[in-house]
Amino acid sequence: MKYRAPLKNALGLGSSKSGVHHWWIQRLTAVALIPLTLWFAYALVSGCLDVTSVATAREFIAQPLHAMLLILLTFTMLHHSQLGLQVIIEDYVHGPLKTITLIGVKFAHVIAGVAGIYSIIIISIAGQAS
Amino acid sequence: MANHDRPLSPHLSVYSWQVSNGLSILHRMTGFALFTGAFLFVVWLLSALGGEACYTMFMDIMCSWFGLLVAFGYTFCFYYHLCNGIRHLGWDIGKGYEKSTAVKTGILVVITASALTLISAFIVYSSLGGAS
Repeated sequence: MKYRAPLKNALGLGSSKSGVHHWWIQRLTAVALIPLTLWFAYALVSGCLDVTSVATAREFIAQPLHAMLLILLTFTMLHHSQLGLQVIIEDYVHGPLKTITLIGVKFAHVIAGVAGIYSIIIISIAGQAS
Repeated sequence: MANHDRPLSPHLSVYSWQVSNGLSILHRMTGFALFTGAFLFVVWLLSALGGEACYTMFMDIMCSWFGLLVAFGYTFCFYYHLCNGIRHLGWDIGKGYEKSTAVKTGILVVITASALTLISAFIVYSSLGGAS
């Protein structure tokens, strides 16, 4: 007699209760980063984003579409980076240091994400006002 | 109790060097480099927020020979991780597992990434030269 309901298998959750979530989000962010990073690389190479002066850089960031894409890029890139770093740490760092490093790296990514997105929003608002 | 002396993955030392494991390690190394690059991208945003003096200081560092060398390195890391990432996504949907195919796509990735790096660096460098 089976006591395990088929739903348990269908949900794909193992004993860790997270299943393949990490793997899947790493792939999803990877797919999202293809157009986002290519857009940013194109902006840099084509000269659409002129980074040589603060005025032109801020002018680029403040464009509504650019600001939205930059926020998506910042979030997705840092999320993907954190997931990748987690795998590297789990492979090479062991013992209590592993937990400390994992938490530290996660915090650093969240802080960087907030700093980046905050900067984009403030630059955009300043750009709209002027 | 856990035996802490047991060998832990990845068992790098038991493999001989081939195209596939070399490129796999390079994928991880470029990924790690791009993690620092993502933080540098945030520093760029913060310096733009900081204003003229802050931004000029950031750009002076990035436009020094050392900064340009680092930027060139990031460019290759980005294109390689992007191209090889697409190769990995192909494997995830079950395509390109054949050994000869994996070697061919690996070499294609290196050539494409190198070409894109050189083209991008050339365009950006010549535009920088024109501006100054």
